[in-house]
Amino acid sequence: LSSPFSQSLRLVAPIGNRSTRGIHQLGGAVDPESSQKKRRTMLQYLSDHFYDVEFLRGYFLQNKMDKVHQKNRSFAHLEETHGPNNAGAFFILKQGGAVKFRDKEWIRPDKYGHFSQEFWNFSEVPVEAVDASDCAINYEGLENLHLLKELQSLSLQRCPHMDDWCLSRLYPLADSLQELSLAGCPRISERGLACLHHLQNLRRLDISNLPSVSNPGLTQILVEEMLPNCKVVGVNLAEGLKLGPEEQPQDTDRPIPA
Amino acid sequence: MLPRVLSLGVRRGPLTRRPGTLRGGFSLGKVVDDRWYCGSGVRPTSGCVPFRTRNRAPHWQDSGSAWGRGYKYWEEKLSEIKKKIQSVLPGTSLHPLYDSSHLPPDHSDVVIVGGGVLGLSVAYWLKKLEKQRGALRVLVVERDLTYSQASSALSLGGIHQQFSLPENIHLSLFSASFLRNINEHLAVVDAPPLDLQFNPLGYLWLASEKDAAAMENNVKVQRQEGAKVCLMSPDQLRNKFPWINTEGVALASYGMEDEGWFDPWCLLQGLRRKVQSMGVLFCQGEVTRFVSSSDRMLTKNQKEVKLKRIYEVHVKMDNSVEYQPVECALVINAAGAWSAQIAALAGIGKGPPDTLQGTKLPVEPRKRYVYVWHCPQGPGLESPLVADTSGTYFRREGLGSNYLGGRSPTEEEEPDPENLEVDHDFFQDKVWPHLAQRVPAFETLKVQNAWAGYYDYNTFDQNGVVGPHPLVVNMFFATGFSGHGLQQAPGVGRAVAEMILEGRFQTINLDSFLFSRFYLGEKIQEDNII
Repeated sequence: LSSPFSQSLRLVAPIGNRSTRGIHQLGGAVDPESSQKKRRTMLQYLSDHFYDVEFLRGYFLQNKMDKVHQKNRSFAHLEETHGPNNAGAFFILKQGGAVKFRDKEWIRPDKYGHFSQEFWNFSEVPVEAVDASDCAINYEGLENLHLLKELQSLSLQRCPHMDDWCLSRLYPLADSLQELSLAGCPRISERGLACLHHLQNLRRLDISNLPSVSNPGLTQILVEEMLPNCKVVGVNLAEGLKLGPEEQPQDTDRPIPA
Repeated sequence: MLPRVLSLGVRRGPLTRRPGTLRGGFSLGKVVDDRWYCGSGVRPTSGCVPFRTRNRAPHWQDSGSAWGRGYKYWEEKLSEIKKKIQSVLPGTSLHPLYDSSHLPPDHSDVVIVGGGVLGLSVAYWLKKLEKQRGALRVLVVERDLTYSQASSALSLGGIHQQFSLPENIHLSLFSASFLRNINEHLAVVDAPPLDLQFNPLGYLWLASEKDAAAMENNVKVQRQEGAKVCLMSPDQLRNKFPWINTEGVALASYGMEDEGWFDPWCLLQGLRRKVQSMGVLFCQGEVTRFVSSSDRMLTKNQKEVKLKRIYEVHVKMDNSVEYQPVECALVINAAGAWSAQIAALAGIGKGPPDTLQGTKLPVEPRKRYVYVWHCPQGPGLESPLVADTSGTYFRREGLGSNYLGGRSPTEEEEPDPENLEVDHDFFQDKVWPHLAQRVPAFETLKVQNAWAGYYDYNTFDQNGVVGPHPLVVNMFFATGFSGHGLQQAPGVGRAVAEMILEGRFQTINLDSFLFSRFYLGEKIQEDNII
């Protein structure tokens, strides 16, 4: 019998963390799989024995969550002065993502988070594509994306706070959205993918490398069935097959309760 | 001799532990006079049941011969010593001979009767909103910690906003935002995050021609209150969900956001874990009696009313005749389907009919069946929870073409709520025909499983009862939600906690859910109950 500890280590999917490190760590804390990687750290020992340490840790955790909420506050007030497209673009750029206005170049912040301010002049030009990879967008932040009425391509790769609730909030973009990438989001499961049926204009959907999806192969087939006009990419069917026989002996090893 | 006696007196063992009304400080007595052990007639006889476990009960009487006045003298001395110790160290219970660790505490500020989702939610918000950390001592009394018959655990776990009452819509919207951020609200340091398994697929309500106008009205209210609900015509319905037969459907309403279903067990365990980490005490037992005082008062019209105040709750321990009286300031009745029994224990409804005293809590258990069936040709991944014009409902379960659903029986068909046995004929006769009519693919289905659960059914107007009782002033209700208690629990818990701590509803105004409506006869009817 292998110990549960080594098993869980094998299951943990590597999550890229680059620019927004603190936020990624938080995403890991909320992700169901990485919690199994629990180790007996010094801090943990202390918080088991002293209320103050536990309270402080709870306080810091709360602080981190508040920071994410702060980053995702509504930018709708900018809509009146600068137009909806600029407000939405500003939100994405502040988050560290990139935007592309129609017939313009991609605007992408540098590693310090600075970006060129020229987009404020494009208030009449619609935003065509958004690349929000590795951003801390959550459910509330998606409201700012609803401002972009002509968004055609949206990439939400490896967003730690994207979950099933968020996917149910993409339907206001249904009229324009043609490309969507959800690859690598740790908290998206098949339950959320099911409500992409609102996006009937979708042509391309990337659902590769989603660790929370239980049956990637079956899920891909069902999603393809649900969105007949869309090319669903990313799930490697062989990967799903390889996992099968490996899981089976573990099940039989488990002691059967009398 | 002395050391041996000391060790005997201090150690808790089978010899020294004895059920009965032993008092603290007994070991001291033994040290002073070890003749006690030789004396014959004075040993307490076990088996004197029912007994109280606290030291208030009269001590066994001294039979006299061996002890005479000496024993009484030491007895008085001992109680003096005990009183001194208790005044120096309040809160410590000195029972060296009797292990009381399995008993609930002998006092608690708030006693919550019922450890289901509603009770735990009240506990959570009480601890969350208290002004000072640890200001409130909260005890949750649950009859069955395995939740084998609890409505919370047997529920389907749906959440939707398509109600006809603004209060219900607000409660569900609040709950949706609570569930969305569940890992922030119920975060416990070092505990694994909760996986609520939320399916955001929405509810699809179908209305026949007769009900179409009412549905249109309701959707107007829902949209006004902030719910994202849209109306669909039969044509649109056919386009979107080709597997539906739209015969007899005039209008449909479809929830776009914050609607779907989740794992109720996860919410229950998450709340339990969180409130335990906040210092709420749990106890497995049953409330058997309320001890209350009453005051006679005159109303403006010179009518006499009796105001009652509960000051002690008797909690009978599980599988035992032992009980513990718990002194309390407030009692919260969150006993779900059995809350009418708890209310009756407090004397609610005992009085001449048509008076406030004689108004019973109109909540009773109603049995509802849930069937699980397999149908390979059934609706696909996108299928929402469909509530048909006939009251039949179903939803997809997992990816393996399994579906579950049921139907609320009419008043005449109501099954006997004595046990939780499933009536399979009910599916054959009353559910399947409607299912097959609405979704033709369901003509070939195979029932795999079924279970039954209770609704805490409010026979008066199918809505919850929240807030204090007008006569039993310190009993608060959080019950009677007739099947949508689970999805509204976070909001209701907060409302009750606000009522207790602030004296009024702040976040969501639930004044129309107060108990007094039963006496005044003000029905607030909810149409959309499945």
